[in-house]
Amino acid sequence: MSYETIIGLEVHVELKTKSKIFCSCSTEFGAPPNTHTCPVCLGHPGVLPVLNKQALEFAMRAAMALNCEVADVTKFDRKNYFYPDNPKAYQISQFDKPVGEHGWIEIDVNGEKKKIGITRIHLEEDAGKLTHVDGAGHSLVDFNRVGTPLVEIVSEPDLRTPEEAYAYLEKLKAIMQYIEVSDCKMEEGSLRCDANISLRPVGQKEFGTKTELKNLNSFAYVQKGLAFEEVRQAEVLNSGGEILQETRRWDENNNETLLMRVKEGSDDYRYFPDPDLVDFYIDEAWKEKVRGQIPELPDARRTRYVEELDLPEYDAGVLTQEKSMSDFFEACLQAGGPAKPVSNWLMGEVSRYLNANEKEIEDIPMTAEALVKMIQLIEKGTISSKIAKTVFGELIEKGGDPEKIVEAKGLVQISDEGEIRKMVNEVLDGNEQSIADYKEGKKKAVGFLVGQVMKASKGKANPQLVNKMLVEELDKR
Amino acid sequence: MSLFDHRIADIHELLHKKELTVTDLVNESYSRINQVESKVDAFLSLTEEAARKKAKALDEKISSSSRLEGPLYGLPVGIKDNIVTKGIRTTCASKLLENFEPIHNATVVERLNEANTVTIGKLNMDEFAMGSSNENSGFKVTRNPWDIDRVPGGSSGGSAASVAAGEVLFSLGSDTGGSIREPAAFCGVVGMKPTYGRVSRFGLVAFASSLDQIGPITRTVEDNAYVLEAIAGHDQRDSTSANVEVDKFSEALTGDIKGLRIAVPKEYMAEGVSDEVREQVLQSLKTLESLGATWEEVSLPHSKYATAAYYLIASSEASANLARFDGIRYGVRVEEGNLIETYKKSRSQGFGEEVKRRIMLGTFALSSGYYDAYYKKAQQVRTLIKRDFEEVFKDYDVIIGPTAPTTAFKIGEKINDPLTMYATDILTIPVNLAGVPAISVPSGLAEGLPVGLQIIGKFFDESTVYRVAHAFEQATNFNELKPEL
Amino acid sequence: MKRISEEQVKHVANLARLEFTDSEIEMFTKQLDDIIHYAEQLNELDTTDVPPTSHVLDVKNVLREDEVRPSKDREEVLKNAPDHADGQFKVPSVLESGGK
Repeated sequence: MSYETIIGLEVHVELKTKSKIFCSCSTEFGAPPNTHTCPVCLGHPGVLPVLNKQALEFAMRAAMALNCEVADVTKFDRKNYFYPDNPKAYQISQFDKPVGEHGWIEIDVNGEKKKIGITRIHLEEDAGKLTHVDGAGHSLVDFNRVGTPLVEIVSEPDLRTPEEAYAYLEKLKAIMQYIEVSDCKMEEGSLRCDANISLRPVGQKEFGTKTELKNLNSFAYVQKGLAFEEVRQAEVLNSGGEILQETRRWDENNNETLLMRVKEGSDDYRYFPDPDLVDFYIDEAWKEKVRGQIPELPDARRTRYVEELDLPEYDAGVLTQEKSMSDFFEACLQAGGPAKPVSNWLMGEVSRYLNANEKEIEDIPMTAEALVKMIQLIEKGTISSKIAKTVFGELIEKGGDPEKIVEAKGLVQISDEGEIRKMVNEVLDGNEQSIADYKEGKKKAVGFLVGQVMKASKGKANPQLVNKMLVEELDKR
Repeated sequence: MSLFDHRIADIHELLHKKELTVTDLVNESYSRINQVESKVDAFLSLTEEAARKKAKALDEKISSSSRLEGPLYGLPVGIKDNIVTKGIRTTCASKLLENFEPIHNATVVERLNEANTVTIGKLNMDEFAMGSSNENSGFKVTRNPWDIDRVPGGSSGGSAASVAAGEVLFSLGSDTGGSIREPAAFCGVVGMKPTYGRVSRFGLVAFASSLDQIGPITRTVEDNAYVLEAIAGHDQRDSTSANVEVDKFSEALTGDIKGLRIAVPKEYMAEGVSDEVREQVLQSLKTLESLGATWEEVSLPHSKYATAAYYLIASSEASANLARFDGIRYGVRVEEGNLIETYKKSRSQGFGEEVKRRIMLGTFALSSGYYDAYYKKAQQVRTLIKRDFEEVFKDYDVIIGPTAPTTAFKIGEKINDPLTMYATDILTIPVNLAGVPAISVPSGLAEGLPVGLQIIGKFFDESTVYRVAHAFEQATNFNELKPEL
Repeated sequence: MKRISEEQVKHVANLARLEFTDSEIEMFTKQLDDIIHYAEQLNELDTTDVPPTSHVLDVKNVLREDEVRPSKDREEVLKNAPDHADGQFKVPSVLESGGK
């Protein structure tokens, strides 16, 4: 039997406020355990939460960027469950009045565009970090992370393939980065994803029983985990078995999903309005203010690159995928760089370097201005494309001013006709055979002679001039 | 005569004139405690060393040339043990918090510190403020100074008994469903539950967050007004704290209540209220009439539903508020077996029976499938109760009735019957549900036991409540009745 | 009519992370049943169009600016901990007990 795959994703994104959502402790990542805590985030007796305005505005911004309707009134609820990383034994979250609802984003898989619905986006507090001490029979809790503001973004079950899920995550991440509400670093946990997947016979309307996947520490694992689960569920169904509503974990070492627990009924979190927090009324003026903080989003940039800069679709797609790359490109344009050559350099040499060295564009010392200047030096003929690679190597490793590098290393292209003519004649004097070949009509001899002149000039001679002079001088002989 | 028979204003004057020292006041507290505490059992912990040190420092700061900083300068205070005090054990009368030393101060404690008061100790209460008799303390039962076989009321029983017994000049309590007013009535002292949002809840260990409010217990209405002035006001750390200016309550005490319109809800004088209490209230109304006020019977038609709504709302909120007591970050942990067993053992052995009963009720009321029928329904009824008050306050300045349906009952009398115990609060609970302010003032004795008169005011109109209470007190002097210990 | 069964009481106790002896279960079943019975008098009231009150005051939009203030010293933070190690709170293993 053939099945249709139904996938929905729940993505948690940490908001990059300076302080926590309900207290003034720092949200900085990587501090020694339990040094960014206070009675409020530790859930000491008698403490009360006060909402961080920036957190709410970041959530509003995210909701708007995901095309959600932003609530006129939003409020917070308590989600009750016991766990050592959850100090109050309830998480302050949002139940029936989330910040945003009914949104969508567009994804592009193999050239096909598709809208994926966003059910809701709500604001909540992050939990602490638990470390399991192997074999010691105990766990350790660090509460630095507790109270970091999070948005949970729940998609509609609109995704049909693991590839679509991957594309959705890439797009979501790009949007969150573009609007500067989160770093979205999966390795630091500032973006986390749980996936729900079920199968149904093609043509059937009702959804099948879904399983939930956790421990998906990269987008690649999300795709792999879903692909594995797709096959596993199909096998279970085909052999007459039944899918249980269970939570499964992606095991990255063995490339499989493993059962964590079977859900018995639905969890009973006993949500109720948090009496310690008041309602938040978001009027039009406030919404407008936040809307004004949203920069151009990836899709809009992509369209602009194609329509206004005449870049190929492909270039526009690659350049806008990561905000940092796109911002660098924008800075290059700002510095007067020509779109297509800049795009070629970014997609070519720059990306190659970044990939090979596992670096992000913000980690390199080369500025956009420097890259543009280098490209202009090529266009002006000051340096050859070949020399440019040497300059680029220096720029991307150490930064600096390309003009100065060219000067200091004596890389300026020789365009003085007298000087070149002299070199040409010196080469011709030493290559009688090539002259003879030329006279016999073997045009290939010119190529060899150009190479000899270039070699003699240490690559600095202007190749066009060399060519021109050579032909002139050959004809004289 | 005790030093604490003086009004706060008089003591202030004596301190200023150097006819009295802060050390004298602190000595008075501890010597009285030595004398009567074995009978009253009001305190869970005493902070004698720190108190004496602070008294000395405050004495050194007194100079005859400048006024003392604030009317509460140097006054000995007792603090209910659900208000967190940095470095001073705060247990909420729960075994689970037997060893808990807060690392911060409640806002009210900071404000008292700014007012230069001296903390004498922490006061006994029903565990986590759940109870009306103090019998639910995890450590001991405080006794009523008027009759030590009787309860002092609850949950702020220690707060009321310590003031009535002359152990401190004033105390702080907390009131979720009557926990300041009922013990004040039982012990013959003045207890104020301010408007919800008037006093910061930051540092008050939450029982029911939407109902809890801290307030003063004192010997006189005037003293009470001074204390509330010091502790009230907006606090940025409490989102539910009202950004409303704090009136000079002590200046509202003009003694003039001519033309005052009093509403007396017939539901507050009905079945369940003892004859002698009803008689006292009628007498009190006559006194107020003689001062130029008028009164009429009105109806608060949803009063009979208040107790049921209250127990659902308060217990639901409590079930979440008390979940943090899990033995992970503080408190007593009973580590046995795995994590879940450790949770269960720590909580089951740490909490007393009443606390567990309310957590169970609240957890049930919030659980899947029951939320709408119980919790949400109760919240809707709360709206109706609030509207009752709004309706009456369109035509009247204050609402008056008894604070409690009876005088203090015997220890052990109601402890085994939760519903009978809950009925003790029928006259105070509606006030918390509506959020309005109310005071209990002594209105004489019935068979040797104090009766409290409850005066309920409009939102943020503590001034009128105090003015009426003060006029009544001036006309009767019931506050001068003292228990013999 | 019994509104609450012993099974329900056990379920609620588990949600609340409380454990009871059989006789306590019996007692709580009876008492909760009484209280719920008492609470059901609220059904006498028609509340169809009545909004629920979660806050008595009309306070809204209480927010703080995004400013970092000093946290507490770790020594203080761990002072009340029943058990700690390496600057962290030590708890029974979360793996052995299963999930949330």
